[in-house]
Amino acid sequence: MALLRRHRATAMNSIADSLLLAAQLITRADADLWHIVGLSLRVSAVACAIGAAAGLCLGAWLAVARFPGHGVAVWLVNSLLALPSVVVGLLVYLLLSRSGPLGEFGILFTPTAMVFAQSVLVVPLIAALSRRLVLEALRDGGDQLRSLGAGPFLSALLMLLHERFGVLTVLLTAFGRAVSEVGAVMVVGGNIDGFTRVMTTAIALETSKGDLPLALGLGFVLLAVVGAVNGVILLMQGRTALEREAYV
Amino acid sequence: MDVMRALRRRVVLLGALAAAMASAAPPAWSQDRFIVMASTTSTEQSGLFGHLLPLFKQATGVDVRVVAVGTGQALDMARRGDADVVFVHDTAAEEKFVAEGFSVKRWPVMYNDFVVVGPASDPAKIKGNDIAAALARLNASAAPFISRGDKSGTHAAELRLWQAAGIDLAKAKPAGYKECGCGMGPALNMGSSSNAYVLSDRGTWLSFKNRGDLAILVEGDKRLFNQYGVMVVNPAKHPHVKSALAQQFADWVVSAAGQQAIADYKINGQQLFFPNAER
Amino acid sequence: MCSAVVPLSPPPATNALAAGRGVPARPLIDLERVHVRFGPVHALRDVSLTLRRGDRLVLVGANGSGKTTLLRVLHGLVPLEGRRAVHHLIEGRLPVAAMLFQRPFLLSLSVRFNVMLGLWLHRVPRAERAARCQRALRRVGLDAVASRAARTLSGGQQQRLALARAWALEPDVLLLDEPTANLDPGAKREVERLIDALADDGVTVVMSTHNLGQAKRLATRVAYLEAGRLVVDLPVDRFFNDALPSEAALFLKGELPWT
Repeated sequence: MALLRRHRATAMNSIADSLLLAAQLITRADADLWHIVGLSLRVSAVACAIGAAAGLCLGAWLAVARFPGHGVAVWLVNSLLALPSVVVGLLVYLLLSRSGPLGEFGILFTPTAMVFAQSVLVVPLIAALSRRLVLEALRDGGDQLRSLGAGPFLSALLMLLHERFGVLTVLLTAFGRAVSEVGAVMVVGGNIDGFTRVMTTAIALETSKGDLPLALGLGFVLLAVVGAVNGVILLMQGRTALEREAYV
Repeated sequence: MDVMRALRRRVVLLGALAAAMASAAPPAWSQDRFIVMASTTSTEQSGLFGHLLPLFKQATGVDVRVVAVGTGQALDMARRGDADVVFVHDTAAEEKFVAEGFSVKRWPVMYNDFVVVGPASDPAKIKGNDIAAALARLNASAAPFISRGDKSGTHAAELRLWQAAGIDLAKAKPAGYKECGCGMGPALNMGSSSNAYVLSDRGTWLSFKNRGDLAILVEGDKRLFNQYGVMVVNPAKHPHVKSALAQQFADWVVSAAGQQAIADYKINGQQLFFPNAER
Repeated sequence: MCSAVVPLSPPPATNALAAGRGVPARPLIDLERVHVRFGPVHALRDVSLTLRRGDRLVLVGANGSGKTTLLRVLHGLVPLEGRRAVHHLIEGRLPVAAMLFQRPFLLSLSVRFNVMLGLWLHRVPRAERAARCQRALRRVGLDAVASRAARTLSGGQQQRLALARAWALEPDVLLLDEPTANLDPGAKREVERLIDALADDGVTVVMSTHNLGQAKRLATRVAYLEAGRLVVDLPVDRFFNDALPSEAALFLKGELPWT
């Protein structure tokens, strides 16, 4: 990428030029760039996996649990959806700082911290959306599962299994949120060159340096990569759906 | 049950995926000989670290992980113990840091200079090499001026320069004075899009691409020199700090080899930083 | 379509009530002065009923008369005011109940999974599960499609799957809420045959229906509900031949018996 930068002697401002630049970056298979892309995908994917485990359970539980303050819990989860990523970053930073409660683990400014922060970011999203899914499904068949002997929480989990394509969409949404956010990973990762720099922080850096075409070009690369991931998943989903239709 | 089998298959797949991710992780993950350095955005954006740190690694085998933020934030990070060494350019703030006991000693390393950039047409007529006169003329005109306003070293220097020009910003700001609370690059972006005057370090300016109509108007005044210092975080305050490795960095950067490396760093043939460590 | 339905077996001699005479069989579930309210809606009013072992009780009544709620009360799914007591069986354990709904809810997985789920939820030992599942599917004629997605089955097949799911649990009581309401005549006959077969095996059956012909065919006992009250509760021959209270009589006249 440094080589590419030196070749751009004149500032170009059109979007088309950035698209061209993005294509060049991809075909040139620049090692730095792919390292950054790889790290972005890894951090966000692991964060979504953790977020899925915690968020799906939380969402299922909130759909069926009845306790005083339940309404407050639901309200809280729905409000946390709108938490800005930089606020999450700051909160996690304070937790992980050496002067903070979890400082002794020394994970600040590492990809682990970034995974932590993004997990915190996506859990409310996954919980709120999966709770909706479960509630809808329980309206249809909650009674019958109960009649079969399933307790409320187990019914909720079975509904997640039943609505697994809906769950997949929720997880893809969470992944999109994670991979596109910059506030949290910037604060807890430190945007360290070659270590915690990801696509979004690289774009922010190039923007602040004034290299707008490169920043936009990187943005298109990110879009292309996320589009490829979504495309693969939707293709898999589509094939299974087609197989199901074949019997009708 | 077939769903149990299906679930088990998925768990195995996820496990394989996680293992693949872990193995594909960059080797730096497992490295032990590294230090975290808190420095400033302007220094990192000048490209100095890309040139200097590989040389340091070659000499000592120590990796330096740079977290680049504003000077205020960098010192704050170090106070919390989240960095091992600090490399910023705000002498007053650094001396306060030492006085508070967060570092044992501050070593001067190098200096670069600030310049005032502005629209080539220079409506406020500030061109020259006297910064105090230039600022006085800016104050008299209504021309827009972008200040970083982010407690960075550059911002602190800017405030000192206004003081040197006899202008009390607390009492009355110049008509066109705007604080963006942002880094050097975004401030220059704003300046170029609104044809405003900006105080910038030369390094960031030389690498800045989005210049628009801006050009250097004031330079060369001794008061525009920007001194950098390096400090190792005091292990007495934060026992976990890698003080030995951090000290290696401080020692190297003031040594003949380090100083030469600094002098060798050039953009478009122009030297950016001038080593001045005490011998 | 349906290939392997086991032919009806003759009613076991020990089932005295199935023969319609003799000593009343053991009580299974007692309901005493039961009221059920859902918010402002008073779904069941002052219902008293004793379900006995071997009963084939059919509930009739207009929509909203409380048939579904009564079934759910018998199953134990709804909170109530009043008394509901479940008696232990001769074997010493509590009776196992299973319920069929008008529209069966099947999970978006295979036919086999849906049956296995019920077995798993009832904690049937792993070794037995596969065998019971296989037997249940064969009994209703769905073993050929065991691996297919349950939701791709036809309406009649889905109801048969629900039956298999219930039957695999070896229930003592089978509750059915208008199980053939949405089925075409052929599927209706299939399902009725299966219900009959299950009842002949000794399962106590409680079924609600709009279809009086079905009631006549399957029931040993008929109950008529109106606006949440249990108005009539008689053995089947008396229900259809004796003079009934006026509302019940009007109801019978209104419902066409031909199906």
